[in-house]
Amino acid sequence: MKPTDIAAPDYFHKVVDCQWACPAHTPVPEYIRLIAQGRYSDAYMINWKSNVFPGILGRTCDRPCEPACRRGRVEETPVAICRLKRVAADFKDDIRQRLPRPSPKNGKRVALVGGGPASLTVARDLAPLGYHCTVFDGDPEAGGMMRTQIPKFRLPNSVIDEETGYILSLGIEFKGGHRIESMKALLTEKYDAIFVGSGAPRGRELDIPGRKEAAANIHIGIDWLSSVSFGHTDKIGKRVIVLGGGNTAMDCCRTARRLGGEEVKVIVRSGFEEMKASPWEKEDALHEDIPILNFLVPVAFVHAGGKLTGITFQKVKAEYDDKGRRNLVPSGEPDQTIACDDVLVAVGQENAFPWIEQDCGIEFDKWHMPKVDPNTFVSTNPKVFFGGDAAFGPKNIIWAVAQGHDAALSIHRLLSGEDITERPLPEVQISSQKMGIHEWSYDNDISIDKRYKVPHRDKIIALKDIRTEVELGYDVKLALGEAHRCLNCDVQTVFSTSLCIECDACVDICPMDCITFTENGEEADLRQRLKAPSPHPDQDLYVSSDLKTGRVMVKDEDVCLHCGLCAERCPTGAWDMQKYFIEMTYAGSACPTKSRSAA
Amino acid sequence: MTYIAKPKFHHPGLKKNELGYTHRDYEGKISTLCAGCGHDSITASIIEACYELSIEPHRVAKISGIGCSSKTPDYFLGNSHGFNSVHGRMPSVLTGANLANRDLIYLGVSGDGDSASIGFGQFAHSIRRGVNMTYIVENNGVYGLTKGQFSATADRGSKSKKGVTNTDNAIDLVAIALQLGATFVARSFSGDKTQLVPLIAAAIRHKGASFIDVISPCIAFNNHAGSTKSFDYVREHNDAVNRLDVLVGRDPIAVDYAPGTVQMVEQHDGSKIALRKIDADYDPHDRLGAQAFLQKHAAKGQIVTGLLYVDPDAEDLHEHLNTVETPLNTLEADTLCPGSAVLDKFNASLR
Repeated sequence: MKPTDIAAPDYFHKVVDCQWACPAHTPVPEYIRLIAQGRYSDAYMINWKSNVFPGILGRTCDRPCEPACRRGRVEETPVAICRLKRVAADFKDDIRQRLPRPSPKNGKRVALVGGGPASLTVARDLAPLGYHCTVFDGDPEAGGMMRTQIPKFRLPNSVIDEETGYILSLGIEFKGGHRIESMKALLTEKYDAIFVGSGAPRGRELDIPGRKEAAANIHIGIDWLSSVSFGHTDKIGKRVIVLGGGNTAMDCCRTARRLGGEEVKVIVRSGFEEMKASPWEKEDALHEDIPILNFLVPVAFVHAGGKLTGITFQKVKAEYDDKGRRNLVPSGEPDQTIACDDVLVAVGQENAFPWIEQDCGIEFDKWHMPKVDPNTFVSTNPKVFFGGDAAFGPKNIIWAVAQGHDAALSIHRLLSGEDITERPLPEVQISSQKMGIHEWSYDNDISIDKRYKVPHRDKIIALKDIRTEVELGYDVKLALGEAHRCLNCDVQTVFSTSLCIECDACVDICPMDCITFTENGEEADLRQRLKAPSPHPDQDLYVSSDLKTGRVMVKDEDVCLHCGLCAERCPTGAWDMQKYFIEMTYAGSACPTKSRSAA
Repeated sequence: MTYIAKPKFHHPGLKKNELGYTHRDYEGKISTLCAGCGHDSITASIIEACYELSIEPHRVAKISGIGCSSKTPDYFLGNSHGFNSVHGRMPSVLTGANLANRDLIYLGVSGDGDSASIGFGQFAHSIRRGVNMTYIVENNGVYGLTKGQFSATADRGSKSKKGVTNTDNAIDLVAIALQLGATFVARSFSGDKTQLVPLIAAAIRHKGASFIDVISPCIAFNNHAGSTKSFDYVREHNDAVNRLDVLVGRDPIAVDYAPGTVQMVEQHDGSKIALRKIDADYDPHDRLGAQAFLQKHAAKGQIVTGLLYVDPDAEDLHEHLNTVETPLNTLEADTLCPGSAVLDKFNASLR
């Protein structure tokens, strides 16, 4: 293999698995260290810059970082990254002084359609640069789906008010209750750019016999959640069936339990394991005595006298073809009818753009989705950008934020007369953490604690009030324990070939057998000759140039604990622990050229 | 030294030996030696050899004297018996322990000061008696704990870190061990674990006095130009006569050897050593030849490493003394002291 180019910004970025997996690339280990030091406001601001909604995401994020967390490959469970984010939000001081000031207007006007996470991110990035941002939303308050679809017992209004408030205070014009009905009309208003962040607002229908006849007791999940959120709906029948296996279904069933549903069931077509809902959301539902029945396909709504009485299901089983694809086939058992009073249909969401006319220069593909460039988020109309669920269908808040940042960068470049396809590289800093012979500026003593559970409110109390938050969040002590579980993957092991005397001290001390000195070879061959097995080829090998004996140093990044013992036991300083900090490129980042700075 | 304990986590894919232990289970406390010390690599090699042999840790007694090397038993086999004796007295303590309980595996760890100076006589007699043990000298040619004076194994003409030339002749412990009748004699280098680990394993399986001299560079005081025990010097002057694989039990021979290049040596306990010859003329069964070979190469400035001499049918001290098979420490008092009638009878036989 060729010597690893550690100056390439991506190399060490990939080692920070959580940050690499996060769509917004939040510097996770950095903020977790700040939490451990009690610097909650600093931790919050790092998050705020990167993911805009730390308090909201700390309660609701889909956590792509956690399955990626290195800790999960070392022991059973990853660090509770998401709930530590909430800790930063819960314990911070007043941070309003730290927010950007509204700046003098530059005369350029940007319209943002939809007041959800994507639009608010774009506005947050552009307003401090002097753009006049106008956010339109059909609902009276900002937040979009965060406010309407996520139940209050998971995300209280106060958190949404606070974090949307920070953004709107940057001098952004918010036009609530103002639904944009015509793109054509909007285009005539001479905005310099338009951003569409209107989400995926339409719940998918379930068109099976009985749908029309029993319509009064059949509700579309997201519409029903939204109606509950605004207080229009405050009760439901005693026996409720929720159809669907995603996170919306989990929100529906738990909401139903709080509005009078005594026998609430979730029924899914697939197997329990393949459900789309996050494992922890399924857990929370089960904890509230909501059974999840699987391998049942609804075939008809049963009704009598215009009133729903139940649903008939066909029993299926999973079969896998030669290519490993799953098919659900009838199991041959008789159909089953389950009685119920109300049904919540949460079988998916769709995009809908009835308000974008055919002739305004925005092309759609055969799935009726706008043609959007995945890097710049520009549509076929060079002034119109899309982001969030509106661009590529339903995903999670953190994706909307990441796309919002990228779209804001495009808009800023467009309105500065620059090429939007040119994306400045992120800025990278890497610096030694050495404080003394065996002292580092980070805590390298590895904690063996298991993942700490987030305390929940007592179930009886929690189920009584739909606005009572179920999760209480970590207290300071639990947060400290959990923060210590972080392996500081951003503190990188950096190797200097010229200093190495091949004494093997690093090999001998490494608790994870990551380091091997051996003859060079092709990657597949090298992976066979490492000191410990190498089960994850997606994890890079760090290879040095030729050493004095003609061998090379090979480090499998896979399960490195970043404990720094290799560097502590190295007599010549050939190993050093260096903190890698990557600053993603945002609108207005002072990094206009392709130059890169790294080790 | 490192202040934190070595993390308990280990690689999830670590292999386990017959006892279900990983090599991490054979570790001791974290080393307090200087960073990069060759001794730590010898520690790692002992751990590896014990892991590969699936040795039960409670069956090992590790005994040492005083010095950097003699600290190392704290860093391996944390669940074994240990005795850190007076300077240079490891061989006597080990001999006594061995006489009292012949069932344990005895690992003597010493250094060039402990064995070639203050304990030279002790070293000589334990070898001479054929105590069943593995005697490892971690040899760096320098008194590290007292800041870098030449030790008795420092080569004449080599330079200290301060630039002083050594005018005394060196003691070659391998040559002495050969002369004193050690039945397993080897030399190796801390920076060459592929050679050292099987040597330690073979020595542990050997019945009789096994002696291994391991050149182990002292990073702090003896790793400079002018030293003959530095990483660079040893790598440049290392003349390995052979490499070996230790085959225990029913292990199939995994490696294909080219015909004529391998010599199989069967030890007393049935384990086999596959010796891959590097020097085709070298015969590890020829004590006299080995001595001549060593001296010839030493004169050329070469450091001969490998398995230099082995007598697979060696006897040990217990056989010489004709002691009972049962370890003495488990015999009951009436067996050990059968009474005055037996004594009278014995005395009468001598009159």
